[in-house]
Amino acid sequence: MNYAALFRATLPETALEIAALLVLVVDLGFLRKVALQIRTAVAAVIGIAGCIAAVWAVYAAGWTGFSAGSDLLLAAGGSAAVAQVAILVLTAVTLLQVVDSGSAESSFTRNAGEYVSVVLMAAAGGLIISAAQDLLVIFVGLELLSLGLYILTAFNKQSGKSAEAAIKYYLFGAMSAAFLLFGFSYLYGLSGSTSLPEIVLGTYLASARGGTPLLLIALVMIAAGLGFKIAAFPFHLWAPDTYEGAPAPAAAFIASVSKVASFALLISISYAILRWPAMLHLKGGGVTFTASPAGTPQPPATVGFVPTWPMILMDLSVLSMIFGNLAALAQSSVRRLLAYSAIAHAGYILLGLAFFSWTNVSAQAILYYSVTYGLTAIGAFGVVGVVEHATGSDKLDAFLGLHKRNPLLAAVLLVLFLSLAGIPPLIGFWAKFNLFAAVLRTSGGALPFTLVALAIAFSAVSLYYYLQVLKRAYVMPSTDESPIRAHPATLGVLIAIAAAVVVFGCFPALLQNWIAGFYPSM
Amino acid sequence: MAWAIYISFGGALISALLPKAKPEVARLWALAVAVAGLAIAIAGFAAGMGQGRQVFVDALWVPSMGVHYLLAADGISRVLVLLTGIASVAGVLFSWNIELRTNQFFAFYFALIGGVYGVFLSGDLFLLFVFYEIAIVPKYFLISIWGSTRREYGAMKLALYSFVGSAMVLIGLLAAYSTAGSHSTALGDLAHAGLPVSFQMWCFPLVFVGFAILAGMWPFHTWAPTGHVAAPTAASMLLAGVVMKLGAYGCLRVGIGLFPHGLDPWGFSFIGIGSWRDVFAWLAVIGIVYGALVALAQTDFKFVIGYSSVSHMGFVLLGLMTLNQIGVDGAVLQMFSHGVIAGLLFAIVGRIVYDRTHTRQFAELGPMHLSRRLPFAAWAFVFAGVASMGLPGFSGFVAELQVLVGAWQANPWWAAVSGIGIIVGVAYIWRALQKAFFTDSLPTPHEFESEREHKFAPITWPEYAGVALLGISTLVVGVYPRILLDSIEPAVKALLAGGAQ
Amino acid sequence: MNEFATGFPILTVLTVLPLIGASIAFFAGKHARGVALVTSLGCLVLSLVIWISLPANGILGLVELHSWAPSLGIEYHLGVDGLGALMLLLSAIVTLMSVDASHRVHHMPGLFYGLILILESGLFGSFTALNFFHWFLFWELSLIPAFFLIKLWGGPRRGPAATQFFVYTMAGSVALLISFLAIFLSTGSMDFGDLTAMAASGALSQMVSAHLGAVMPWLAIGVLAGFAVKVPLVPFHTWLPAAYAEAPSPVTMLLTGAMSKMGVYGLLRIALPIFGVQIAAMRTPLLVLAVITVVMGAWAAAAQKDLKRIFAYSSVNHLGYCLLGIFALAVPTYGAAAQASQAAALNGVILQMFNHGITAAAIFWFIAMIQFRTGGLRGIDDFGGLRKPAPVFAGLMGIVLFSSLGLPGLNSFVSEFLIFRGVFPLAWVAATISVLGLLVTAIVILTVIQKVFTGPVPEHWANFPDLHHSERLALAPVIALMFVVGLAPRLILDTINPTVVNLLAHWRF
Repeated sequence: MNYAALFRATLPETALEIAALLVLVVDLGFLRKVALQIRTAVAAVIGIAGCIAAVWAVYAAGWTGFSAGSDLLLAAGGSAAVAQVAILVLTAVTLLQVVDSGSAESSFTRNAGEYVSVVLMAAAGGLIISAAQDLLVIFVGLELLSLGLYILTAFNKQSGKSAEAAIKYYLFGAMSAAFLLFGFSYLYGLSGSTSLPEIVLGTYLASARGGTPLLLIALVMIAAGLGFKIAAFPFHLWAPDTYEGAPAPAAAFIASVSKVASFALLISISYAILRWPAMLHLKGGGVTFTASPAGTPQPPATVGFVPTWPMILMDLSVLSMIFGNLAALAQSSVRRLLAYSAIAHAGYILLGLAFFSWTNVSAQAILYYSVTYGLTAIGAFGVVGVVEHATGSDKLDAFLGLHKRNPLLAAVLLVLFLSLAGIPPLIGFWAKFNLFAAVLRTSGGALPFTLVALAIAFSAVSLYYYLQVLKRAYVMPSTDESPIRAHPATLGVLIAIAAAVVVFGCFPALLQNWIAGFYPSM
Repeated sequence: MAWAIYISFGGALISALLPKAKPEVARLWALAVAVAGLAIAIAGFAAGMGQGRQVFVDALWVPSMGVHYLLAADGISRVLVLLTGIASVAGVLFSWNIELRTNQFFAFYFALIGGVYGVFLSGDLFLLFVFYEIAIVPKYFLISIWGSTRREYGAMKLALYSFVGSAMVLIGLLAAYSTAGSHSTALGDLAHAGLPVSFQMWCFPLVFVGFAILAGMWPFHTWAPTGHVAAPTAASMLLAGVVMKLGAYGCLRVGIGLFPHGLDPWGFSFIGIGSWRDVFAWLAVIGIVYGALVALAQTDFKFVIGYSSVSHMGFVLLGLMTLNQIGVDGAVLQMFSHGVIAGLLFAIVGRIVYDRTHTRQFAELGPMHLSRRLPFAAWAFVFAGVASMGLPGFSGFVAELQVLVGAWQANPWWAAVSGIGIIVGVAYIWRALQKAFFTDSLPTPHEFESEREHKFAPITWPEYAGVALLGISTLVVGVYPRILLDSIEPAVKALLAGGAQ
Repeated sequence: MNEFATGFPILTVLTVLPLIGASIAFFAGKHARGVALVTSLGCLVLSLVIWISLPANGILGLVELHSWAPSLGIEYHLGVDGLGALMLLLSAIVTLMSVDASHRVHHMPGLFYGLILILESGLFGSFTALNFFHWFLFWELSLIPAFFLIKLWGGPRRGPAATQFFVYTMAGSVALLISFLAIFLSTGSMDFGDLTAMAASGALSQMVSAHLGAVMPWLAIGVLAGFAVKVPLVPFHTWLPAAYAEAPSPVTMLLTGAMSKMGVYGLLRIALPIFGVQIAAMRTPLLVLAVITVVMGAWAAAAQKDLKRIFAYSSVNHLGYCLLGIFALAVPTYGAAAQASQAAALNGVILQMFNHGITAAAIFWFIAMIQFRTGGLRGIDDFGGLRKPAPVFAGLMGIVLFSSLGLPGLNSFVSEFLIFRGVFPLAWVAATISVLGLLVTAIVILTVIQKVFTGPVPEHWANFPDLHHSERLALAPVIALMFVVGLAPRLILDTINPTVVNLLAHWRF
């Protein structure tokens, strides 16, 4: 065990942990008598500083990753790096939003320091997942992230909804963690290793000897566990309540960071599946298989991991898309609407995972989508938070006449929701286009076409419910015309997010090139 | 010419930022932007006459996917940009009386116009699609905020139909892109990519129907009457005048330009229909006749014009499906002609009549004796109605004649059935004219007195200017169609030849 | 084609001048009548100039030819020969008469005179056009002012009358358009001259059969239908009595004086040259219809009680003679005598167009004056013995009525004589039966004269005002013209005859 290497590899996580502890120390130690607003601001600033340090650490740590023996435990560079940087940036943005809720009567909690440190620790868990290549490391990271999220959901002690949501989230999460672990144990049993690449090889060999039903069960369990994390149908039941009950900044965090981390994990798993032809080729004989060169995007296989996993993902994807969009149509609460739309967006991304490419195209597209979705979701929850704060409710009618009450906020809402619907020239459109193009580039048969067509069709459906909110904001007459005040910092952050959505939408190459820069040229 | 796009979007942005309480500022700014756009369009048209395809901007937008920011124009694009310029100025003039949230109105208005300019000037399929989508959202807001009858329903229906149509196009776009090797989305490159015939066979109808929804092809036209009636005057003018042409343009440029073999015969035929060409031509013909017949039965003035738009767009689509030089020429000319004439009709019905009488029902308009109280409206409608009928001397005659000749060369039945549509067209305009303006009833003395007391608001200068602009446009093109045909013909020739892969 | 072009586009100027006048008149308000008078005088002068500048040998002169939309075979092709120039002259004269007669229009005078001038432009345009598109444009263009003139200033039942007028004429136009589209699709040409040459050589029917099958007879019927409505030919005439009666009298003057001639002109310029063979094949039924028109027109006139309706039907009758002449000459002829008959018939037809135009317009002018003097009355039984209080009126109107009757010395005699002179050898049965028409017309007119002018004077008409000086001055040239043409028809025939010879030389039956 080369602890120096481990330390170097986990520098970003360490930075976050240090920041978290620092926040606790400063808050509990020095700021007991200070006003809540200042305490929140200080905690947030320290947290953001920690994130910035961690970002620097990601770049500084190099692209070597960390292995124990011959097993790769933590990857670096590529998807891992992108996901980590993205998580850190998103966390920082979430923390910026916390600054607003510092005033005494509007804050959702008096425990600002604890809140920020839990956020940071959960983010650290997200970082671990993004890089993990070993089953146990995955599980540790996942639990770190999830526990943090449960706590964050419950943070608003004055709201019954918050507690209820947290309980639901926790129970559900615990159950799915159990499923995940069960699945992991089968995989270990079938392959004899906990390192992802080894597992794939091992399960291939095992299923060649007839162990396929076990593999199937294992995969389904794992899908259940991971599906919970990304809120895919039918493992989504926690999402509407959680999105509704959690305090707005927490909900923003859940919607963005945990999604990015989970999808990065899924990318790792998918890569592992596709790398086995190269490994088999390297390892040489002992196994009869049709020789395929290392660059084949479509591994020819009739047994093993390879055909089953995409099929499971495909089913989840289709069901999520259909269910998420249709259910969102019926919502009258904007938060629940966002929750169901999150399920739908998860469905779209799963499509990219189902048709995963050997080249980096799919991975880049998936990361692009989840990162931009995360950013937009934070913005959306930010707006919802402001409106809730002013009107006391997050129902559709609370948005009536928003263009008069706070035109900037309404403009931000317009940009963000149109981006979610996939209207050019905003970033959401490009993300969808990119993803679907990647799917079609990877495999050009009738099935991908049909599924992409389905996805686009449901995208069209989603416009309807996004327009419902915008309709309230712009079109319908309002009952209450008093201006809605938003904290300047919050408004500034929201405008910056909206500007980023527009700018990166008009010049998608910027973000895409940044992501591509992390991957070694093939 | 690309500046027209930038000016429009810039104008939109600034208009949104103008103070809400001063509508005059917003109006003047809007007029300035629209006139600037028109000036650029005219200058570009004149400069481009005799030249073939001009490329204005070609920059790599997303290199990894081969997407270019490519703005180019050939004769067809120049004509349509000219139409947009004229329609945008006219629309601003006819919106002079909007008091509610004027700055936002013009912000959405110019966002729409900018998107439209962009579609006509795009040389890259992806860019075209982006602009096409951009144009959808402002329409929603224009109708739902400033419209009239059932505006929210009409706006949502319009937005969803358009979006579904564009979703279909997106699928086709992605499919074509990946089938062509995922190298580039430039229209020229895709056209020469040698897409297999079997692929084109299913991609063409998908893309064509996607665009045709917006063009108002039967039976996907149902958004049009509702949407037109719900929209405020300027929005109806733009919708019928320009936006429906986006769909037709897409059908031509993308559908026929990229997937010409999709129109080949299938090898078998079913009740005389043996290819997608037959299918869509018949749908267009049905649209012509159906639109005309339904227009004949309407009791709401604006609905008559809305259905007449469906009927006239049927001519455009029929012309496209003839696939011969004269038919497609006629289709493009009809796009221009109908754009101007429909704009004029909606302007009269909406702005001049409805804003004063507050009713559009024939039963209520008749007793108002509008030929005496609003003579300008009555005679302007005579002018516009006669142009819409396709009377020689106006632009519609030449366009419809060319389409009919082209249709005859392709399949005489198409021409024959469409002829019925023209005849019914005379009838419904006739009926509208009689019922709304020139009823036979003379006012009773009592009515005479009350009418003398309640005079209608006088016709304002923007209305005069708008009617003059549109009227002169249709008259000039009607008397001297060469002014446009000289640009259209070579471009159509190149497009039809380029498609013969 | 044998034509020569001059430099100055006088035909275009002639067509555009009334349009300019109309746009001024729309805004002139009370002075609109003055504007209209000046404009129509100007047009009259121009048409006289054109009449004088015609080439001597009857070919088309003053030709203007520009390409307009070549892909559709549309050219800007204008030209006149004797026939066209005479019609231009007629239109100018009748319009001037109409404007003169309408000094009582108080309701929206600007619009009224503007529409009349647009109508005049439509007439000029269609009489000078040598390409179908141009001709059709002006044919349609003239419909709209006519419709509105009837609809807005007409009598109590003007709505249905105007609608019927419009619908009938439109239907006829549609038939015309379809037929010509078919011709264009087969030949690629819309030029009258080219098509005539093709028809003469037989190439036309070959091309049409090649492209469309054996539809040539149907095309001929379509074209005939279009003109049959306009002239009118029984049974397409039912719109006419209502329209003539309900229209204000000045408008009726235009309708009967000039617009009906558009139909006859169309038969001569378009139907006979291009569809000569087909018409010759259908000659007998067409002659039957023409004869019925002549006879029925006269009988129906005899049965009317309303002066306007009497002369409406009388118009049908007089134009029936034109139709008789036209259809009679549609036979392949051999020998100089037969050709001389054809020439005579054609000369008569053309002259009759002119004469009837002037005469009928004058009659309705007088009826207008009667209506005004009596507060709108125009029933034949409402009057009596007007000769006593208004001798000049009676005298002049008598002259005009006798002209309509065909009294030798007055204009109509010459033309009707020529027609019968030509038709008798070519179709003696038809001619014989048509003589009945002459007789009945004589009875009708004499009855009118008797009931209106002779007999005891009822009390309330004792003060029937006679003609004012201005009215006498306005009517004098017209009456003089009738005498001149009646006594010295060579003035016109010398110019028309070469045209007739030229036309007949190019027609094939």
